[in-house]
Amino acid sequence: MPAAALTPAEITARLDRCLDVEFTFLRTEEPAAIIGGLPPEQQRYILDWVERVAATNVQLAYRFITRAIAALDRLDREVVEAWALHAMDTYDQKGLHAALAVIEDVEAFVHLVHARTAGVVLADSLGVLTHFAHGLAGRPLELAEGESPWTDTETIFLPPLLARLPRREDNFLLYKALVARLWAQTRFGTFRHPLSQAAAASGEPAAFLARFHVLESLRLAGCIRRELPGLARDMERLRRALGEPPLPADWQALAAELGRPGTGVERVLELAARPLAPPPPGFLDGTLDVAAVEACMQARVERERAQLRTVLRDVAEELTRGDDRAPADLRFGTRREPDPGQPDGERITLTLDAEPVPVPEVVHRLTTSIVQDLGEIPDDYLVPAGDGEYDPSLLQDQEPDPDDVWKGTYHEEGAFLYDEWDHRRQHYRKNWCAVREKDVPPVHDDFAERTLARYSGFIKHLRKTFEAMRDEDRVLRRQVHGDEVDIDALVEALADARDGREMSDRLFTRVHRSERNIAVCFMVDMSGSTQGWINDAERESLLLLAETLETLGDRYAIYGFSGMARKKCEIFRIKTFDEPYSDEVRARISGITPQDYTRMGFAIRHLTRVLGEVEARTRILVAISDGKPDDYDRYYRGEYGIEDTRRALVEARRAGIHPYCITIDREARDYLPHMYGPAAFTVIDNVRQLPLKVSDIYRRLTT
Amino acid sequence: MNAQVLKPEEYFIREEPYYQPVGDEIAIFEAAYAQRLPVLLKGPTGCGKTRFMEHMAWRLGKPLITVSCHDDLTASDLVGRFLVRGGETVWVDGPLTRAVRAGAICYLDEVVEARKDTTVVIHPLADDRRVLPIEKLGEMVEAGPDFCLAISYNPGYQSVLKDLKQSTRQRFVALEFDYPEPELEARIVQRETGIDPELAARLVKFAGMTRNLKGSGLEEGASTRLLVHAARLITSGVAPVAACRAAIAEALTDDPEMLAAVNELSSSLF
Repeated sequence: MPAAALTPAEITARLDRCLDVEFTFLRTEEPAAIIGGLPPEQQRYILDWVERVAATNVQLAYRFITRAIAALDRLDREVVEAWALHAMDTYDQKGLHAALAVIEDVEAFVHLVHARTAGVVLADSLGVLTHFAHGLAGRPLELAEGESPWTDTETIFLPPLLARLPRREDNFLLYKALVARLWAQTRFGTFRHPLSQAAAASGEPAAFLARFHVLESLRLAGCIRRELPGLARDMERLRRALGEPPLPADWQALAAELGRPGTGVERVLELAARPLAPPPPGFLDGTLDVAAVEACMQARVERERAQLRTVLRDVAEELTRGDDRAPADLRFGTRREPDPGQPDGERITLTLDAEPVPVPEVVHRLTTSIVQDLGEIPDDYLVPAGDGEYDPSLLQDQEPDPDDVWKGTYHEEGAFLYDEWDHRRQHYRKNWCAVREKDVPPVHDDFAERTLARYSGFIKHLRKTFEAMRDEDRVLRRQVHGDEVDIDALVEALADARDGREMSDRLFTRVHRSERNIAVCFMVDMSGSTQGWINDAERESLLLLAETLETLGDRYAIYGFSGMARKKCEIFRIKTFDEPYSDEVRARISGITPQDYTRMGFAIRHLTRVLGEVEARTRILVAISDGKPDDYDRYYRGEYGIEDTRRALVEARRAGIHPYCITIDREARDYLPHMYGPAAFTVIDNVRQLPLKVSDIYRRLTT
Repeated sequence: MNAQVLKPEEYFIREEPYYQPVGDEIAIFEAAYAQRLPVLLKGPTGCGKTRFMEHMAWRLGKPLITVSCHDDLTASDLVGRFLVRGGETVWVDGPLTRAVRAGAICYLDEVVEARKDTTVVIHPLADDRRVLPIEKLGEMVEAGPDFCLAISYNPGYQSVLKDLKQSTRQRFVALEFDYPEPELEARIVQRETGIDPELAARLVKFAGMTRNLKGSGLEEGASTRLLVHAARLITSGVAPVAACRAAIAEALTDDPEMLAAVNELSSSLF
């Protein structure tokens, strides 16, 4: 039976409610009248979507009404829905102004959709292209979005969307060709000589660089023809498809000369100083940003020099161990050997007293990288570093310090980004939570001792419980194959044979050894609401658990979580999977202190990822919390948080993880079954029950 | 022609298996053999460990008994067991016992995969005692001068579960294997398959690219063995890009993104 049409009053009431007219003073009569004129099914459809958009922003929803009705005449519902979601994503990322622009200009969106069907979005191909770049480079080379294609030698910047050619495959090829072309700049020594100096010396820097760019592109094209002939063919085809004119006749000879093997960037610099009139660079040539390149290279060259010298010291120490030479006496050198596989036609190997020395992989990587930058290994790089000569921080590739995030304006660098489920939108908010891993400052006090002493009897009991769970070897009888003859079975079989019956072939015993293969991750609520007895209970039970899990020999990790709005989601490392249980871990358990709020979704998602990287047959995620998802941003409270947590648990389950939730609470609440629906859960009010509950979970999952 | 049936200890390698030495591994193995020391071969999969063993067995003129270890392989599988035959129990030697009795070379491939109880029989054979205890028979078999124990292990598996224990590894003379230098590797591929030298060099370059991806998405790069496979396909008429896809890319990974990237690399090269 088709649903009845809504009355104007009903429509107005629904709009008034979702648009908050009481506070926003939006006028709903007119849109209500328009909706009233639609067929009943369409009325519900529009209202439903208005409500979903209104959950993100009321103004956005208000504009959406009239635009959507007009759009529905011409567009499929799928397109309209994609448009609404795109507007909401834009709101999340860029704010109301940009989102309203999306709503206002449905045409632009439709155009974008068309561009996307033929075009390629960088974000979609980033995985493949990044692997491609790593395969080519053999040293860190990342990809990122940028206005135009260029590279600073550590990152290749690419436009977010390419739709220059009518076919999708060709647009992807454009990306691939750009990556290879920009990689070639870093690989074949484009920046080996300080370009800014040469440009300044020429007296007309801009014109010099323009000439250099075109000439260098000709040289690199030659390198790519030799190194990657398949791609060079594709690039030639793309160039024609892009409608770029062929080289002017007088440049053909230059191209042939520069494309010859063995032509270095020196020749290009020489030519660039001449008053040539270059044709415009092609799209695939990318652009040059000399200042950025030089800054980036200088930092890397310094770092790698320090790294190489420090590693050489270690090598020298190893080589001189057991004889009377001092490490500083060793003289390292280099030797050039012809190697047709290398772009320069030779390979540089490290020598010691003119003999090649075996070097660890890390030295090999460093020398390769240095040779790529400089074309050689300068002599001062080969002097082993003195003790304490370098600041250790220089030796590490910088990782952003999670605490720095809050010192300036916050940024998302170095954070893991996770989607979050918005139940009203019925869709994910993309990359919504910025998650960082931090360390818990260890507190060396008598907490562990005290707790262990207080619960010593209980620990014994727990150990017994867990030990009983250790899946002991057991002998399987009457097997077809096995280590020993099963005498009972054999006697029976012989008797059967005498009687003329068929003789069984199940005559062996076999020892069934089961090797436990479990990884369990504990996720502990460190929100402010755990202050007091819940925090104490958590710490005590974690300690008891760690003590007893050691008897079982399973791999386990402990992480804490807490958050304050979506940009400060924090995961605290208490014990990682690789780390042994130690005093340090005990001190960190003691150091668990209540932090901010209970945002659970991101923690489940992050630890699902952590667990996913562990090799184990059974993966368990035990979430321990005080039950109330809650955050500083008000919207996470209540239903939103419950639905997001529920969704994250569904995702964990889908990733092959057994989630198990334990709520420490003195009163069981009615929303728990729904929130924890996808997982098994239990409510306890006594710390002693926690380890026992965990042993229950274990029993259930391992037998 | 029908297959030839041989007892393991009669399996002599009659024709010289092609092996291209990279360093002094042949001399070291011969010295270890003469001194009755067991040998441990370390290295990634498909870099020539097994071929090296075949070559050495041929060179020394000894039968080679290879056991590929798996996670259900127990000490009994190596030593032997009782079987029931016509109402009687009969002892049947396992491959290790056969090798000790016959003075053969026993090669335990990927030894870390085997059950932990295998160390009980490996340890006494691998130190200066050189005896194999057969508990069920109440016997000790003393190895003669011809017997040699070799094991292999791939340190690339970073899992703690698959590490070789110190007490085991410190009994062996260790030889490290790695993929050969590019020219050498190209020569090996060419020699094994008769492929055009230019294509062999490109295949090796491709292998280098996949090895660059080790650790950032691939567990291992393409091994020399995979290159030989691809080269064989190419010599029988398969287009290079298709051969790389079938013989190398699909063998390396199932991840669709990585697969796409590896295929993009090969299509750039050929």
